[in-house]
Amino acid sequence: MPFVSANDQKSAYDVIVVGSGAAGGQSAYTLCMDGAKVLMLEAGRKYVAESETPMFQTPDMAPLGGVATPDKLFGFYDATVDGGWQVPGEPYVRTTEDPSGSFWWWRCRMLGGRTNHWGRVSLRNGPYDFKPRSRDGLGFDWPIAYHDLAPYYDKVELLIGVYGTNEGLENTPDSSPGCLLPPPAPLLSDHLVKQRAARLGIPVIPGHRAVLTRALDHKRNPARLHPGNPTAQKLTAEAMRSRAPCVWATPCNRGCSVRANYQSITVHLPPALASGNLDINTDAMVYEVTLGRDGRANGVSFIDRTTGQQRHASARVIILAASACESVRILLNSRSAQFPQGLANSSGKVGRYLMDTVGSTVKGQVPLLESLPPMNEDAADGDQIYVPWWLYPQQHAGKLGFARGYHIEYGGGRHMPGYGTAAGIEWLTGGSYGLKFKQDVRRYYGSFVYFDGRGEMIPNENSYCEVDPGGVKDKWGIPVLRFHWQWSEHELRQAAHMQSTFADIISAMGGRVRGVVQTDGAKAIAPGGFIIHEVGGAIMGADPSSSVTNGWCQTWDVPNLFITDGAVFASNADKNPTLTIMAIAWRAADHILERMRRKEL
Amino acid sequence: MDRRTTIKWVLAASAAWPVLRPRSGRSAEAAPAPSAPKVKGYGTDPDLLKSYHPGEVWPLTLTAAQRQLATTLSDLIIPADEHSPSASSVGVVDFIDEWVSAPYPDCQRDRPIVLGGFRWLETEAARRFGKGFAALDGSQQTGICDDICDAAHAAPAYSEAARFFATYRDLTAAGFYSTPVGRKDLGYIGNVPLTKFEGPPRELLRKLKLL
Repeated sequence: MPFVSANDQKSAYDVIVVGSGAAGGQSAYTLCMDGAKVLMLEAGRKYVAESETPMFQTPDMAPLGGVATPDKLFGFYDATVDGGWQVPGEPYVRTTEDPSGSFWWWRCRMLGGRTNHWGRVSLRNGPYDFKPRSRDGLGFDWPIAYHDLAPYYDKVELLIGVYGTNEGLENTPDSSPGCLLPPPAPLLSDHLVKQRAARLGIPVIPGHRAVLTRALDHKRNPARLHPGNPTAQKLTAEAMRSRAPCVWATPCNRGCSVRANYQSITVHLPPALASGNLDINTDAMVYEVTLGRDGRANGVSFIDRTTGQQRHASARVIILAASACESVRILLNSRSAQFPQGLANSSGKVGRYLMDTVGSTVKGQVPLLESLPPMNEDAADGDQIYVPWWLYPQQHAGKLGFARGYHIEYGGGRHMPGYGTAAGIEWLTGGSYGLKFKQDVRRYYGSFVYFDGRGEMIPNENSYCEVDPGGVKDKWGIPVLRFHWQWSEHELRQAAHMQSTFADIISAMGGRVRGVVQTDGAKAIAPGGFIIHEVGGAIMGADPSSSVTNGWCQTWDVPNLFITDGAVFASNADKNPTLTIMAIAWRAADHILERMRRKEL
Repeated sequence: MDRRTTIKWVLAASAAWPVLRPRSGRSAEAAPAPSAPKVKGYGTDPDLLKSYHPGEVWPLTLTAAQRQLATTLSDLIIPADEHSPSASSVGVVDFIDEWVSAPYPDCQRDRPIVLGGFRWLETEAARRFGKGFAALDGSQQTGICDDICDAAHAAPAYSEAARFFATYRDLTAAGFYSTPVGRKDLGYIGNVPLTKFEGPPRELLRKLKLL
């Protein structure tokens, strides 16, 4: 029985995995494929993509045309269940509301977590990204290098399916042959961006996203993923066969009922469940890792949200994969005589060095894209193209005034009309109404362009979380987190650089910028947590006194306690973190399996 | 585009979430006093597969007279032409009624703007022509609308009315272009499953000198 309640879970498991998103899904998958008995605990409800995804629903079928509301922050049809920058009954505390100095924590409460709605951008960290301190003296080096993770990036891409190309660019790694799926055809405006950005020396290449532009190779990939393990090969091949390629319609953030994009519940969990080695208990809100007399973790305590009761589960190994801040919260709330400041926190570093991604946006309008003939531009739902960071030499020479890079994500095209299609276009129309307004909307539809920067934040001492000293608790009685946040000049200058770069690209496209191009980084930068790439809080390192885990995601203090989510990131490269989370989770799970085989765990 | 609009929206609406600011030292009372009845939204886990209609989740609140005025104004903004019918004929008045009756911050912000704008229109129509706005002839109606349609250049005396007109035009367009008729009007041909995606026609790329 793969879905269990607290009453019918086994008395003990090999491994408990807390969380079911990218980290939890990957951890459980890898462990179950090799025969480990795993209990996955998910705080949210069971969620089934095949039967719950609104694939072709249109705005007129939704309340308010499907616009974003506090109940559904990314729009009515976004996959998120019980989530957002606020979760009902589960508050957190900030030290300030000033947007430039506050942190906003996005969560959801559903099986598969945030993988259900995420953007699917799947970029590898490059060699520099693991050794930033060695390059420029700032932040921290990881205790692992790119070559340690490269085989796992290959594996993740082969398993989940990622489109993209190998371009041989600096610190933008190529995948091994056969790992990537072909990128989707560019949209018309993608061609224009590429042509005009090139005149500015800015390279535009195909994006990398976890969307099946064709079916996965279920004959070759399983053998590359699980050599010598015919059972795992068979289960993985069956799972791959059951996923359809992209149907080139409906936004990915709704999830995908034909399983053409990556969600933990449609990619990682089906083969893990089919192995018979995985039990999943949903509505299980873990609040504490329990410690045995031998100083080892022996299980976790959780609230059964269906009854409100406190329950416990036992295992030889505990993996926290609850998302960076939730894993930190569990550690900080796991206090004992041995760990009065929270479990695995002898360094005092649990909660420290939270990072998000630097985000800044410029919107424009391009006359060349007006009044185009009808064409279907749904494509793979965005990021057909992107710009990897291209100014490494100038930056390394100290010419930019900020130490780390950013990449550019571009959006445009003739997407499903809705609330935003004709809103606020007086700046173009002079306030037309009547027949002229209808003509104007036709003219401008599809001519808007959006450039989003995604940049690296350097960890600092003033961006961290702690258990709220004021004693605020959530509706389950679990102490909540208080967040502190501060950008450094590196991030603020980088955000201002994004603004001027995007304005230059829009001008080179013959377009005009909508609104003000911000030269003040504090006004250009999105608040902390808004890009929803929060990582750090339990960073990995080479020294137990200054880090929480080693390079295997194993906590220094408790040998059978691992953290496989973004909490262990020692830096937050401009590359979106999800692919790296999966790669380190797979590598950590392999290590756990090896140690269990040697009876060390 | 969701996150882009959401960021602005969330910042503007954050005052409505007092739980976020238990000890921030700032007043949490910045939100305008809601004038709509206290109703609940659809919650954080609504059924996404069913089709909803205005009035189903929360009651509609416009009066018959307000709906008549809404019909007149929506059709002045989006009248029928050779491509598509008028706004009111595809349910835009219901959409606007749903919007101004909804419990959410954007909607509560817009409700007094829309209702205040309706009052202004009636007062202005009476002042200029001695009749209600809906009873005016077309040139009389456009005479008023021409004064308030461009918020950036409206006379100071009309600035508030112009803000109303901009809001109302956005809502009318939102309701209209969300419908099948609106999508067809714009030549949107997506949201259909395809076996392959080949990008724009090559002749178009060549014409635009992109190949």
